[in-house]
Amino acid sequence: MSLLSVDELTVTFGGVGRKESRAVDGVSFEVDQGQVVGLVGESGCGKSVTSLALMGLLPHKGVKVGGRAEFDGTDLFTMSPSARRDLRGSQMAMIFQDPLSSLNPVVPVGVQVTEILERHRGMKGEAARKEAAHLLDRVGIPDPTRRLKEFPHQLSGGMRQRALIAMAVACAPSLLIADEPTTALDVTIQAQILELLKELVDQEGTALLMITHDLGVVAGLCDQVNVLYAGKVVESAGRRELFAHPTHPYAHGLLGSIPRLDSPRGEALKPIRGSINDRIAWADGCAFAPRCDRYEMGCLTGTPPLTEPRAAGHEVRCVHPVLDDAKAEEVPA
Amino acid sequence: MSLLELDGVKVHFPIKKGVLFDRTVGHVYAVDGISLKVEAGQTYGLVGESGCGKTTLGRSVLRLVDITEGSVVLDGTDLAKLPGEEMRRFRRRLQMVFQDPLGSLNPRQNIESILSEGMVAHGIGKDQEERREKIKSILDKVGLPSNALARYPHEFSGGQRQRIGIARALVLEPDVIICDEPVSALDVSVQAQVINLLEELQEELGLTYLVIAHDLAVVRHISDVIGVMYLGSLVEEAPSDALYAEPKHPYTKALMSAVPVPDPEVEDQRERILLVGDLPSPANPPSGCRFHTRCPWAQAERCSTERPELRDVGGGHRVACHFAEEIAAGTLKLTAGEVVSATREGVEDAPPTLPEQAERAEAAVAEAEEAEEAEKAVKAEKADTVEAADAPEKADTAEEKAAEPLEAGKAAEPEPRKAVTTEKDATTEKDAKDAKDAKDAEAEKAAEAGKAEKADEAV
Amino acid sequence: MSVATKTDKIQRLAELAATKETSTGDSLWREAFRRLKRSKMAIVGAVVIALFILLAIVGPYIAPYSPTAQTWRGEVFPNRGEFVGMRPENWFGLDHLGRDLFSRFLVGARQTLLVGVVATLIGLTIGFLVGGLAGAFATLGGERGKRVDSVIMRFIDIMLAMPSLLLAVSIAAVMGQSLTTVMIAVGVVQIPVFARLLRGSMLVQGSSDYVLAAQSLGVRKRRIVVSQIIPNSLSPVIVQATLSLATAIIEAAALSYLGLGNPDPAIPEWGVMLTQAQRFFDSGAPMMAVYPAVGIIITALGFTLLGEAMREALDPKLRG
Repeated sequence: MSLLSVDELTVTFGGVGRKESRAVDGVSFEVDQGQVVGLVGESGCGKSVTSLALMGLLPHKGVKVGGRAEFDGTDLFTMSPSARRDLRGSQMAMIFQDPLSSLNPVVPVGVQVTEILERHRGMKGEAARKEAAHLLDRVGIPDPTRRLKEFPHQLSGGMRQRALIAMAVACAPSLLIADEPTTALDVTIQAQILELLKELVDQEGTALLMITHDLGVVAGLCDQVNVLYAGKVVESAGRRELFAHPTHPYAHGLLGSIPRLDSPRGEALKPIRGSINDRIAWADGCAFAPRCDRYEMGCLTGTPPLTEPRAAGHEVRCVHPVLDDAKAEEVPA
Repeated sequence: MSLLELDGVKVHFPIKKGVLFDRTVGHVYAVDGISLKVEAGQTYGLVGESGCGKTTLGRSVLRLVDITEGSVVLDGTDLAKLPGEEMRRFRRRLQMVFQDPLGSLNPRQNIESILSEGMVAHGIGKDQEERREKIKSILDKVGLPSNALARYPHEFSGGQRQRIGIARALVLEPDVIICDEPVSALDVSVQAQVINLLEELQEELGLTYLVIAHDLAVVRHISDVIGVMYLGSLVEEAPSDALYAEPKHPYTKALMSAVPVPDPEVEDQRERILLVGDLPSPANPPSGCRFHTRCPWAQAERCSTERPELRDVGGGHRVACHFAEEIAAGTLKLTAGEVVSATREGVEDAPPTLPEQAERAEAAVAEAEEAEEAEKAVKAEKADTVEAADAPEKADTAEEKAAEPLEAGKAAEPEPRKAVTTEKDATTEKDAKDAKDAKDAEAEKAAEAGKAEKADEAV
Repeated sequence: MSVATKTDKIQRLAELAATKETSTGDSLWREAFRRLKRSKMAIVGAVVIALFILLAIVGPYIAPYSPTAQTWRGEVFPNRGEFVGMRPENWFGLDHLGRDLFSRFLVGARQTLLVGVVATLIGLTIGFLVGGLAGAFATLGGERGKRVDSVIMRFIDIMLAMPSLLLAVSIAAVMGQSLTTVMIAVGVVQIPVFARLLRGSMLVQGSSDYVLAAQSLGVRKRRIVVSQIIPNSLSPVIVQATLSLATAIIEAAALSYLGLGNPDPAIPEWGVMLTQAQRFFDSGAPMMAVYPAVGIIITALGFTLLGEAMREALDPKLRG
């Protein structure tokens, strides 16, 4: 059985007096023990909202969460708030994009780490401090005993993200959710952090739900990749399968539109036209249709179902999937 | 002659303190001596990480920040010496596209007003009618509908806003457009639209670009020549393809190896050079080579004392590294940092502990003490390798720098020949050794290492 | 399955996407106004203010009696604690001199509004000039400009450091006791508030990218200040002006209360009425104080509500 299984998750904002907007529109995926699963998409695709809903960190007012999410066999959305709090931080932990704003600026890093140890692992005083130093050491922070006494602003961006990871793994969680953990960092620091995450997964068997917009990061890190568009999974496959045969026109277009360091120069990029604002409601048809080169009338008859047009386990939500890579390029823009 | 020439440009920001009267207590060396040439009709790409001074350099070209020293020559005129009003008029020929498309557009002006602002300032166009015609033709060029004129910035999407920013630069018909992170604030699927637009406009209008970005893939895609910046200075400059094919500066190597490629096949093969530590503060840059505190190949003495100049190594490839040739030839071994393969499976056979600097330093100090004896043996065996020759000095300065004792420690390894065969082997072996030695190291030495590390980090 | 033509396809798509076409070409000001109209707080505030202004305009004409005529003098004996409360011919009762309180209240509204508006205008105008000048020097004046700015701001700091009431009292002491004194005193106290606010706001806008963009376009500095920086710095100042109207009325009342207001008892003003009432507050006529006090509180509340609503409407971060 999977560690985390999300089934038809919906998150709706607004309500009373205001127009409702559905940020997550029926997202389903599973994360197994020790697996790295990617949620990929652009801003506004609902990837961050999904992670916040799973962690129970969405505001209560004006937000409706629907669907099911089972963690280790228990339903996250029906459990009591206190049980959820205990779970969060010990069994599930999250790493955020901006390490500076996720750390309390007026409390030394050490206190923030020991707090977690005291709360979730019942450690006290010297023992907790020792363990905290060990944790900082574990995530590659040099001179951990000195760093424990420092405030977040005294650490560099990379160090802060490491400290945040140390806090997240303090209780050896079985699931780590990382929301754009390297977006705010420079590439050389990003490489360090990704390396660290890989080690955690490989050595501790932690499952990782990686939320990012960077397809490069996904290609090197994730076992299973879910591509989100306008609040729905439009393609889901193993990373090799997905990158070798992107089948949804969005995923296909996305891969064709990013400049690659290793691609020959002078080759023009093939952009996807329009922006995320050019969309239609899923109820009317495929939300990507207005930007799609392969759009046909058939795309406008309700939400396209997830099918497996290419290979088993490679799910695509499209009526006219890209099955022949060469042919796809012939379609006029 | 090149269209735009920068010669020894320095921008130093004073750090001021004081209650009533400010006094200067130091400087931030944001740009510290940069010389480069941008040819007409070409694209010069400037890459570097945050804090390397690339944005400040871009602004200094337009004199939006004061140039401390050096010259910026556009078409024979030295901008650094132009008086205020003349500079203002000269700005027509140099335009800028900004990173944040929303922030760089006045939220209270409509598009027509934004686009005519520059023309009014330079007296282009007789009346509003004439200007409007011109604006309409430019809007068409950048792919915006002409009914955009009466609308306001917040009514557009990110990509459209960046098109407005480009249009604003274009209406003045500039010679050079400086693009400061033109796509980094945009969604992935929209970035390509803007990149293509910039390329099309260049072809159609013969524009010259100076593109400043942190994304190496984007810069490589659109640039003819690429300059790599680190801590206020250029460390390497080469034609785009040459730089990609063979990066010569250690920093460029590390930077390039750190960029993830959206292709699992490539990712699984790719080796990454992991740098140790973070960017030093530009207010207190390291002595000698700015990069020596993080350089995987840093050598004792020379790297920390003598600042390397950009020198031509053939084919228009300029590099600021004393040991570029040795590194290219593989005769120099890694002294810090590590090379890891990108696969997750590959990591499994790495040592259980992480590449911590402190631990490394501990190990290094422990090794440094043995270095003197060992060095003799090594010298006898392999007198021709660079590191063996350098070993005595390294042992001397071992206590001062964490990176150097490491190097000395390396020399003590019994089989240096094997270590240089492949970088990966060298690292794995070194790490294993580090981990073992670290365990043996006494607490006293650990404290010492900590001190050395602190001195290093204090920067 | 019929083969759809290309135009059919595009049309159908446009239909589905058209529902959220909202581009109207509205400026931020107009958008803010639209938001303001939807805010309940703004509506309540505006209604209160409108009533107040209406009262100030028509008050003197609808007052049933003369505000100065001591018509019922023979019925009121302050020494003995005998007052006249509400009754059919005098809705608010009589004051200590036998004058109709309702008439005085109606007529007094005009003076009160005048004090509030004029005082705020004095503070706003001078504060705007000083703050705008400092802000302009600080943002685009270079090294020398920064020095000019710090001289101006130290001066403003000194003004701010003085207790406002003390400042007002000293101004009143120099200029003598009159309504003008009260207006000037209250206005002067507001100067540093407006100056600091505008300068601070200009500094933020001055470091924004669009100002840098205007500079790189070669727009003249003076024009950048006037057409780019100042329009974007106005929102907090407008909000503060609304809120200041409320405090100005209260402060003017306080000064009148201290006896620095209009010495002419013939002209009623809510602050003055409050001052006069305080002598009799615990000797038989608390209601005499209640009417002007409630009037001041409700008016101040009205301005505060509108000010808060404007703050919300103008804040671009809340733009949705």
